Amino acid sequence: MIEIVSSQRCIACDICVKMCPANVFDPVRGKPPVIARQSDCQTCFLCEIYCPTDALYVAPCAEGPVGINEAEIEAAGLFGSYSRALGWRRGKPGGSDKDPTFRIRKVPR
Amino acid sequence: MPTLRQLVHRQRGAELLDLVADVLVIGGGPAASWAAVTAAEAGARVIVVDKGYLGTSGATAPTNTGTWFVPPGAEREAAIARRQLLNGGLAVPLWVDRTLDMAWQRLHALADWGYRFPHDDSGKPYLANLRGPDYMAFMRRRVLRAGVAILDHHPALELLVDSGVIAGAAGIDRQRNRPWQVRAGAVVLATGGCAFGERILGATGLTGDGYLMAVEAGAKLSGMEFSAQYACAPKQSSLNKGMPFVWASFFREDGTRLDSVGKERSVVVARALLEGPVWAQFDRGIPELRLWLRQAQPNCFLPYSRAGVDPFTQRFPVTLRCEGTVRGVGGIKLMGDDCSTGVPGLYAAGDAASRERLTGAITGGGGPNSSWAIASGNWAGRAAADFAACETGKIRDRRATGLGRAGLRPAVSARSDSSAGDILESVREEFLPLERNFFRRGATLRQSLDRLDRTWADLRDHLPGEGLGAVKSREAAALTATSRWAYASALARAESRGMQRRLDLPAADPEFVCSFEVSGLDRIDVRRSEIPGAAGG
Repeated sequence: MIEIVSSQRCIACDICVKMCPANVFDPVRGKPPVIARQSDCQTCFLCEIYCPTDALYVAPCAEGPVGINEAEIEAAGLFGSYSRALGWRRGKPGGSDKDPTFRIRKVPR
Repeated sequence: MPTLRQLVHRQRGAELLDLVADVLVIGGGPAASWAAVTAAEAGARVIVVDKGYLGTSGATAPTNTGTWFVPPGAEREAAIARRQLLNGGLAVPLWVDRTLDMAWQRLHALADWGYRFPHDDSGKPYLANLRGPDYMAFMRRRVLRAGVAILDHHPALELLVDSGVIAGAAGIDRQRNRPWQVRAGAVVLATGGCAFGERILGATGLTGDGYLMAVEAGAKLSGMEFSAQYACAPKQSSLNKGMPFVWASFFREDGTRLDSVGKERSVVVARALLEGPVWAQFDRGIPELRLWLRQAQPNCFLPYSRAGVDPFTQRFPVTLRCEGTVRGVGGIKLMGDDCSTGVPGLYAAGDAASRERLTGAITGGGGPNSSWAIASGNWAGRAAADFAACETGKIRDRRATGLGRAGLRPAVSARSDSSAGDILESVREEFLPLERNFFRRGATLRQSLDRLDRTWADLRDHLPGEGLGAVKSREAAALTATSRWAYASALARAESRGMQRRLDLPAADPEFVCSFEVSGLDRIDVRRSEIPGAAGG
């Protein structure tokens, strides 16, 4: 589930408020959005890649909050890690042309 | 004439957002996108309303999906014949062929429009795969470019009708707490399948809303018994993605290996999970696979990388996640090649529609469903535009009335102790457990159905549907209704076939090379119907 909106990284653009399919965030004027409906989060990780400043962190546990903090995520280098793996940058798509799935399909099962 | 977007802007301060369109598309996934683009190409003024955000909503955006992409000719005939051996004889080769044909055309169009497909070693674009986040971000731009107005976070709560013809829909803007209505010449339901409250990718929006709205309008569903598709996922995660598990070994708690090679993976894992925890490790396949899987399916690896586990060399606990009718089959029964539903002005596309004719009794997960979303979106969008063209001039003057009942307008009296959250939990309890849904028995199905019938009666009479609360209330009503339609159909199909696994009736019965159509809200009506053109077997 969504765990962290980094106050260090967030620029209060509210893109996550708009794009979250579960409507998890509420905007706060001039400040980072708040996680208003955490239990509605579907753990799809898409907010991470739409965030232009890699300010969001979704923990892989879909069943409830795990209570990780911002310093731990920063120290582990996890902010933006999914975007980098995909090739998305600053919240914009990229990297689909490098997808090697066609190679996987030829591997014997 | 002002554009729809300008009209939306002008009504910023109004108490009701009130719009008129030729075609209204409800949903925010690939089928909705293709329906919107196609309807707009046919000259219709189109509005899309989605519960979430077109681009991230639905089961496709968070994943990486194959497409069923086969050239016409001998290769296609062979592909259709191969699947026909697996699908329980219920698929219709003619429908499979036309689905493949439309997907073939439109995937080429997607390449022409500039979607960045990978290139294979011969330098040709590889069109048999779409990366979800990129594909849906691209489709959003394409929909906007076609002149379509998108209203994100505008869940539809009910269809509107005038003299038996669908006249639009109404709902609420959940971020501004403002009701909306769109009067339209035709409506396409592309609301996705139902995930029954399971924690899987895309499930937040996939609550069966479209099924409920369609049945309230008089449509029927079919294939609802094929709603027992389950996928392996790392325990506690949302990642119901099968590809890495193709090369996994599975182990019991005591370390002994499950004999899974060459068998249906989910059945082997389901049996073991009923006895205790199951562990997996991606220890099979060639060495290059490790890098390719990490590159191709990076979200599948987040649970491991974020927990410091190497799934190629270490074992990790797994579970099975219910994929309901998302990767199951059931949905709104289509009455014609044009995705019509039998209700004038109402069309269905994608996972909201039954995929029985394409996939029979087995999952269309991955390629088939993805190609179906493209094809059915195109057919429905085109047909809706044509239907609306005959209604032009009448749309604005219609006397549209709302069809929504349960979860919106309590039949007796709203009671504050009737809660959507409690109803969701009770649907989960009846529908997600392996011993109730994955492995079915007549007695447990009847027991669950009795409980769900009581839940339904109570919510119909008492669940409040005021303001923003109506969104969760309608979801609760749709989830309950969909569970009942699924289990009533599962009881009617007194045999095992494809993903319907009846422990009390383990064999397939040739008498049941047929479809079951289901309808009704308070009293559920299940009827056998023949499938014209089905291959049988």
